[in-house]
Order: sequence, then C-alpha cells, then structure tokens
Amino acid sequence: MSRTALLVLAGGRFPAGDHAHSGGVEAAVAARAVHDSATLYAFCRGRLHTAGLTAAALAAAAAAGHDPLVLDEAADARTPAPALRATARKLGRQLLRAARAAWPCEALERLARDLPGGAHQPVVLGVAAHAAGLTASDAAHVAAFGHVAGPATAAVRLLGLDPFDATAVLARLCDDVDAVAHQAADAAGRVAGEGAGVLPAASSPLLDITAEQHAAWPMRLFAS
Amino acid sequence: MSTLTEDVAPLPDASSVVATARVRAEHNGRTTTLPLLSGDGPFHLQRLRPRGGLARVDVIGAMSGPLGGDRLALHAEVGPSACLRITSAASTIALRGPTDDNATYDLRLTVGDDATLHWLPQPLISTAGSSLRQTCAVGLSPTARLVLRDEQILGRTRETSGDLTTRLTVLRGDRPLLDQHTSYGGPHPAWDGPAVMGSHRACGQLLVVDPSLGRAALPPVLLGDPDGPARGVLVPLAGPALLATAVADTATRLRRLLDEALDRALTAKGTLPFGPG
Repeated sequence: MSRTALLVLAGGRFPAGDHAHSGGVEAAVAARAVHDSATLYAFCRGRLHTAGLTAAALAAAAAAGHDPLVLDEAADARTPAPALRATARKLGRQLLRAARAAWPCEALERLARDLPGGAHQPVVLGVAAHAAGLTASDAAHVAAFGHVAGPATAAVRLLGLDPFDATAVLARLCDDVDAVAHQAADAAGRVAGEGAGVLPAASSPLLDITAEQHAAWPMRLFAS
Repeated sequence: MSTLTEDVAPLPDASSVVATARVRAEHNGRTTTLPLLSGDGPFHLQRLRPRGGLARVDVIGAMSGPLGGDRLALHAEVGPSACLRITSAASTIALRGPTDDNATYDLRLTVGDDATLHWLPQPLISTAGSSLRQTCAVGLSPTARLVLRDEQILGRTRETSGDLTTRLTVLRGDRPLLDQHTSYGGPHPAWDGPAVMGSHRACGQLLVVDPSLGRAALPPVLLGDPDGPARGVLVPLAGPALLATAVADTATRLRRLLDEALDRALTAKGTLPFGPG
C-alpha cells in the first residue's frame, strides 16, 4: 500500500465535486452565526463532533469491508434531512466516478451497480479508501477532515476571510480530527460483532434545520 | 444489535434508585386492554379513561429525579392491533445526585402488527450539575403506527445546562428507520456553537411513523421564523415517516412548533388531528 494514495484521496485537487458545497456554513454565515475565525472554529468543531463523527464511522466501516448496502441504510437513518440525504448521494456519485478512474476494482463497480442513484458519500469514501489500499483509520481521517475543511474553505469565499486565518482554524482542529477519526475507527471495529447499529449516530439539530432552510433559498452560492 | 454506545455504568451507589416500570397493552378482539401496568421507583402509572379508541396511561413522577446514579427504565409493549397513548403529568427533571455518577433513563417501546403507540411525555429538563444518559429504543413491526415526541430543555431559567446525552433508535422490522444521538452541556465539544445548538436552550423532535405514508407524503415544511428564536423543519424520512426537528428559546415556543408539526403530519396522512399532550 502507498501512503501517497491517502494524499491523493484527501487532497483538495481530487475531483470529487465537494468544492460546490459549504457543509452548512453558508446558512450559518447568512444567519450571522459565523462571522469571523472564532465563530468559524466553533462551527467546524461542532460539525466535526456530530455529522463528522457519524460520517467518519460509516467510512471506516466501509473501508473495513462491511456491506455497503447495510451501511447506506444506516446512513439514511442517521440523515433525517432530505436535503442532506440528496447532497450525500450526489457527492457519493461524484466521488465514485473519480474513484473508479483512480483505483478501478470490482468493489467500486458493484457499488455503482447496486446503488445506481448514488450511495452516501462516506460509504463510497470507505470503499474507495479500501480500493486504494488504505485502512479504516485512514478513511475515518479523510471523512473527519473533510467535514472541517469544506466549511473552512467555503468561509473564505463567503466572508472574505483571510485564507491564512482559515488554515489556522484547521490547524487548531488537528487534535480534534485525530480524536474523532480514532473514535470512528474504534466503533467500526465493533461492527462485525455488534452490527451497524453500534456506529455513532451523532447529530445536530441546527445542521438539520438550516440545511432545509438553505435548500429553499431561491439564490445561493453553494449547493449545500 | 446493541443500541447503547455509552460506557457500561458501574454498579450504582446504595442511595441510588434502580427501577423499571412496565406497561403492556393487548387487543382482546373488541378493545385495547392493559394486562400489565406496573409502576416502580419514581414511576406511578395511572390508567386514564380511553379516548378516541386509544387506551391511555399517564406516567406520574412520584419523586424527583432522575438523580445522578439512578438507573431508571420504562418498557412499553403494544401487542397486535392494540392502541395505546402514554403521556406524563409533569416534566422529568435531571438533577445532580449524591454521587458524580451519571443517571440513566432507558425507554424501550415495542409496537406490534397493526398496533398504535402515542408516546407524548412532558419535556426532560437538564439542570446545572446533572448528568443523564437517556436512550429510547423503539421497535416497530412493519405495519405499526407511532407518534413520538421528545423534548429537552437545557437548564432552568438562567441556569446552565447539565450534561445530557440522548440516543433515539427506531427500527422498523429489523431495519433502521431513525438513529440519532445528541450530546449537550459542558463536556461536549462546541455543543452551544453555531453548528449544534447556538444560543437555543430547548430542542425537540416529533416522529410520526405510518405505513400508509408514501415516499414523499409531504415536501419539507419550514416551521416558525427562520431568523427568529424558534424554528424547525418537518421532513419525510427515507422510510414511511415524518420527523419534525425544532429548536427554541423556551419550552412553550418549542411545543408550539411541534404541535404545528403534528397537525401538518396528521393532515398529510389523512387522519383527523387529535389534541396534543
């Protein structure tokens, strides 16, 4: 296995289409709940420990080889907002296209066949990580980091935030990302014995509510 | 399948309360009966006069709590074709106990074929210094119907929140319909930040499960004022269910949103609305 595959999969230049999504920060900026680097930090940290943990655990379980269809159903149950389910499947389709080109294999082809409408993005991420020779912990790290990198990058465009400040927010979150990825991989390690119900289901009322409010806007900069 | 992600609690202190209340409803071919109604510890179960074809039980808190260290549970089982409505007379108030242990409160609700359960308790209030792990595991048969309300108030007036985690797991058949875990209060990272609760101190959910609900029985409905102190959404889940999620500054405003959600959900499934609480 190549460590560099992790950099390819997690890198901002990997063509997975997530640059069009703000991870909920566009709605938070509009509500003036996020307006500087301190509030961006609080937003990213809250998202990381809720939606980020849930996604990281699904990704880790998929990378560990658990049934993607069972995990996709678990993802649906953990994603009550239809706007977020639609976003997750759309991002899943885009990631799958890139991953099939980068690491062609039967597992990715089967996922495309079994869920033609797209699987939840973290499930695709886990299967792609496995195809790239990466571990469950690697997949959890990519998912957890993605949950803070997306909003931090979007905030630069939305707030005109200094990119150095946004990067400093990410740097301050490194230990939190590690902790969440570790917790996620740990839970994924228990799926074989206890079923997918053991995976974290951490949720946030505001992300679910504002996702639907944002989806109803007539004009927006980001798709979600 | 385990739905408990919390650490296994150590044996409680001698001063703690360990109690399990049980309710079982059955249909005798004519009406719903309650062959088991067993209060325990702080739970006193009172039978109310049936209304609208539903047997009714009121849970009366006979002492304060849960306090830190308490191990409380309530199991309700609704047999095939039975219809049961459970309410509570007062809020559940999580308080700091004689020990620093968590309190636990575990609800197990089972609803059989063609059966109906309305679970409509008063809110849970998490007071400063308290620590409560609540779980609610719902098992539905594929033809069961459910109305479930769950409200949390994070601190009394001008009080900080206690440490409160809740896990709500709803299985339909053996398949997951809804799985959510929330963590509020001091030790939980950024719980009062702009991605989780912000400045809101009341949050709640209302779940309506009915096999007659189609895939898109209702498009998402925004509740309240998107820029105001109380707001929420009513959305279709991936299965035949509608879920309202709302946040507010006060318990009263929260209830108003969830009542509105209930009216809209029942209109969507073509049932005459019945009174809340």
